[in-house]
Amino acid sequence: MTTLPATTGKKLGLVIDLDTCVGCHACATSCKEWNTGGYSAPLSDQDPYGADPHGAWLNRVHSYEVGEGAASRTVHFPRSCLHCETPACVTVCPTGASYKRASDGIVLVNPDTCIGCKLCSWACPYGAREYDYWHGVMKKCTLCVDRIYNTELAEEDRVPACVRACPTNSRHFGDLGDPTSAVSQLVAARDGYDLMPEMGYKPVNKYLPPREKRDSTTAVPTHRAAEPTKTNGEAGTVSARFFSWVDDVLSAQRS
Amino acid sequence: MHPAYSVILFTTMSGAGYGLLTWLAYSVLVSEVVPLRPWPGVFAFGLALALISAGLLSSTLHLGRPERAWRAFSQWRSSWLSREGVLAVACYPVAGLFALLWVINPASPWFGLLAFVTAALAMATVYCTGMIYASLPTIRAWTSPQVVPVYMVLALFTGGILAGGLSAVLTGRVPAGLAIVELALLAAAFVLKSAYWNAVSAGTPIATAGSATGLASMGRVRPLDPPHSRPNYIMREMGYDIARKHADKLRDLMQIALFAVPAACFVLALVAPGSWVIAPLLVAAVSAGIGVLVERWLFFAEAEHVVMVFYGKDAV
Repeated sequence: MTTLPATTGKKLGLVIDLDTCVGCHACATSCKEWNTGGYSAPLSDQDPYGADPHGAWLNRVHSYEVGEGAASRTVHFPRSCLHCETPACVTVCPTGASYKRASDGIVLVNPDTCIGCKLCSWACPYGAREYDYWHGVMKKCTLCVDRIYNTELAEEDRVPACVRACPTNSRHFGDLGDPTSAVSQLVAARDGYDLMPEMGYKPVNKYLPPREKRDSTTAVPTHRAAEPTKTNGEAGTVSARFFSWVDDVLSAQRS
Repeated sequence: MHPAYSVILFTTMSGAGYGLLTWLAYSVLVSEVVPLRPWPGVFAFGLALALISAGLLSSTLHLGRPERAWRAFSQWRSSWLSREGVLAVACYPVAGLFALLWVINPASPWFGLLAFVTAALAMATVYCTGMIYASLPTIRAWTSPQVVPVYMVLALFTGGILAGGLSAVLTGRVPAGLAIVELALLAAAFVLKSAYWNAVSAGTPIATAGSATGLASMGRVRPLDPPHSRPNYIMREMGYDIARKHADKLRDLMQIALFAVPAACFVLALVAPGSWVIAPLLVAAVSAGIGVLVERWLFFAEAEHVVMVFYGKDAV
């Protein structure tokens, strides 16, 4: 059914920290790896070793420059489905292949009933849906629905693949409908925000802004680390004392 | 937006077919354009239903999974595309009965009602086609209020050329009423299309790179490293911008082919002696056909999708 549920039990989604994301694309590649073998399989590529390689990916990492001159910043910006509360991508679907789950709010495409009309991708302002040219159906982030409830996996693996892969802990997964959840508190503490709120899609995923940039040009060190002390032969192994003696001899000769 | 030829052909052919069905109803309910005799009916309904069917078949060509197209009839509660499919299919049996009575028993008391319902379903189908595009908040040009009326007016207009052509071939004359209505539809299409272009160029952007990334307060947002080395589906489908280079020339070509030439042809048809009337109608049909194809191509190719703010557009 492409009519939207009035409410969803949970609002599962991601919180993405633009302050700590380093743009390594680990989330994007691990997403592709997991999903090309999971619910969304296959995630086909076209001309993968040729001059025009492209394919269906569910997560893309942009790198933007923001601001001018010395005050400009590089901001790495992962972009995937935001699992909106009022997603037009679902309501425009003529077949019911696109749907929003009433239990947890995840927006999914049923690859067995999708006709590949592409209208849902036209309705999405976030570019979250990518057409699979080989499979002939639309693909999108499933919030790793085949991981998060999967009791065959170790408990720490029951999060989306992108969250599990992130080396800087910039991606957080949880219930954004529960104000006491860790992700909701993180959003509250860091002033998390919606992308393109003017479109009115009410995204569930939130982004955390980069923190204020420290002006390093005027920074004065307030604390100096102690100089490393030389062992000078009093301690250490025989070889360490030998090389320390060699160091002293050679240093003396140079000066 | 990428102009899919299958969709351009579909809206052009089916639009003319539904327009012709409406003119056949006009022949029954208002004033005879296509003669109310069996053979003209066979030709006219055959042409209309062939155009509609060819258009619908063409539209399935752009599906990734055409064999599943039947599933598109299920979500009429929320989807304009589904509603279009339902109405397109509903139109067939009604138009078929209308055609049957035209051929075997135009005196039937049901004849007028069937004519009316056929025209209503035909126009409702075209309305849904327009709404598929007009309901997308992501494409600013298509949210203009002229989109749906343009689809309906052009369907009636192109169908009217076919009805006039059939009349010219079968009776050697084009009814003045038809020519006047066609000229009025042309004027309406011209006014609507001009208003559409004005609305598109005068409108304010729906989103910016700053609002899309939420980084506006930090300064201007511009791409540094792309997310992928070659264009992906999003850029191929929504990032089509070849048309803008030639947009002005193509708009001129469209206005000549769709408005100026057919208008002159209908004026000529009113004064042409005898069977000479066929010539201007033939010219009008070919010219308007080209004009609508260019109009549809521009409708897609010129439309900008808001997602491109992630890919280097400052605002869309």
